[in-house]
Amino acid sequence: MSKATRTAFGEEIAKLGEEYSEIVVLDADLSKSTMSQYFAKKFPERFFEMGIEEAHMIGVGTGLALSGKIPYCCSFACFITGRYDTIRISAAYSNASIRLIGTHAGIGIGEDGTSQMGLEDISLIRSLPNFSVCQPCDEIETKALIRYTVKHKGPMYIRLTRQNLRDVNPPTYNFQFGKGVELTEGNDAVIFATGALVNEALDASNKLREKGINLRVVNIHTIKPIDEELIIKCAKECKTVFTAEDHTIIGGLGSAVCEVLAENFPSKVFRIGLKDVFGESGTPEALYRKYGFDSEGIAKTIETKMNS
Amino acid sequence: MHKDGVFLKNHFDCYLILVKFGKFFSNMTDIQQLQRIANELRIDIIKSLHAAKSGHPGGSLSSIDLLVYIFFEEIKRTKENATLPTRDRFILSKGHGAPALYAVFARIGLISYDDLMNLRVLESCTQGHPSYLHLPYLEASTGSLGQGLSIATGMALAAKIDKLDYRVYCMIGDGETQEGQIWEAFLSAPKFKLDNLCVILDYNKSQIDGYIKDVLDIEPYVDKLKAFRWNVLEIDGHNFNEMERAFTNAKSTKNKPTIIVAHTIKGKGVSFMEDKVEWHGKAPNDEETEIALQELQKLLN
Ligand SMILES: Cc1ncc(C[n+]2csc(CCOP(=O)(O)OP(=O)(O)O)c2C)c(N)n1
Repeated sequence: MSKATRTAFGEEIAKLGEEYSEIVVLDADLSKSTMSQYFAKKFPERFFEMGIEEAHMIGVGTGLALSGKIPYCCSFACFITGRYDTIRISAAYSNASIRLIGTHAGIGIGEDGTSQMGLEDISLIRSLPNFSVCQPCDEIETKALIRYTVKHKGPMYIRLTRQNLRDVNPPTYNFQFGKGVELTEGNDAVIFATGALVNEALDASNKLREKGINLRVVNIHTIKPIDEELIIKCAKECKTVFTAEDHTIIGGLGSAVCEVLAENFPSKVFRIGLKDVFGESGTPEALYRKYGFDSEGIAKTIETKMNS
Repeated sequence: MHKDGVFLKNHFDCYLILVKFGKFFSNMTDIQQLQRIANELRIDIIKSLHAAKSGHPGGSLSSIDLLVYIFFEEIKRTKENATLPTRDRFILSKGHGAPALYAVFARIGLISYDDLMNLRVLESCTQGHPSYLHLPYLEASTGSLGQGLSIATGMALAAKIDKLDYRVYCMIGDGETQEGQIWEAFLSAPKFKLDNLCVILDYNKSQIDGYIKDVLDIEPYVDKLKAFRWNVLEIDGHNFNEMERAFTNAKSTKNKPTIIVAHTIKGKGVSFMEDKVEWHGKAPNDEETEIALQELQKLLN
């Protein structure tokens, strides 16, 4: 099965609305895209259409959180994190249990282009104290994560895709906040991947296996707090370390992995991601090819770096 | 240059002659020509969106008449004047309406017809939303709603500082007006007496999640802007005579900025798109494109 993680979110939050009357959902004129529309249809009295007012929405969400509600504020990742000072002071500095849902992550959205792509959102939110940052890689993980968010204390940022992602995890999957997941075995190289690039990294590992390179694929769904223990263990067991994210390499997953290893087990790390550039318009496939995010690109980077 | 380039050239020559005699471009035939250009560009918009398989028809079709008036009658953009420091500026703050602006650019010759048909294609200058990095004629990058009017304010301020008489035009959306930053700009432009700033509101009454009045009403708009000390003019945004009167009034108004509240119809010109919320942000398929083009062709005949 394959589904966009935004759709999985929409379905799950509509379901959770039945179980938890404190859940409220806010959107800023994108409910048909963030999929908060499912909740809106089911619980109109607990859904708040804010209009195109993201900063206000996040402030209102903070107020709701500080008053005992469990608010989910939804928009595109870029427009949510564009309201940085509101997130920083109202939400983070109050340690409000707000959930920011940023959809349309990365160049994977395709034709709409840079202004609609969340490309720096992980970096921005990761730098804020109290905030957690999560990015699920398939439907099953998204639903488990969203269920987890109901109980979590403190502000959270959830990053979701527009495009469909193939199932990676089994139906019996047990989501553990803050824990990475080793998906394949291998000691030649390890790749820490997140979100949409977990699919691509898995395909790359199949391609590389044919060439005699055993790649360990690790899914990092919780980018903050990051699984330091697992990262250090994998770096010790594997010859070369790679990271992969549909996001800038500055401040994102790649940086987070580097920070852990620099202080604990200095290693060479190759980061796959946007190399200090904006995105652009194009089909998702063409963009993934151009920026080396597809399985061929990832396999090629790994092969080249390992042979150099 | 595609087939209508010749027509455009004649249009401009005739315009220059009229200017020499100090007349405004307001007689019937000229209005008809503008209307014709706008409808031809509607065809280009539909074709480019169909080729791209995604994009925003509703807000492109609602704004094209205004854009045609602004670029051909107000700014009088040509390839030659497009880079002069003294040129009038236009900022499309509602950046998703880019297909309409690209169609105008192609007609003027700032981009090629191929560029227009490569809308949203990898490495094209016609990015899904306006990218100044790909196409400097856009004056600035937009696409995140609420920002363009502040940029326009800065450009208008720069003209005052440099004592240049260029004017700055900025088109905003009605849904876009909900953004707080727009109101910051509304508050600040009168303070700086920016009579060289002219905002055009494409008031097509709808956004993505529904009609403006249901999502988050912005009425009474005119009263609000008057209270904010703007020169406020209200027109039918598909009527070129009314446009001429409003833009002329804006130019002669001193010491305060002007906003032209232009009532428009989202999807104007294509019957099944008109005033239909669902046509905000999707491209017509083959069949829909054919019907749309037939309808638009009829408007030309
Ligand atoms: C800051 C921001 N939030 C959300 C969006 C997504 N978005 C694109 S168009 C649109 C609706 C715009 O409505 P309006 O300004 O009325 O434009 P029009 O009807 O003329 O197309 C929205 C919410 C955006 N581009 N920027």
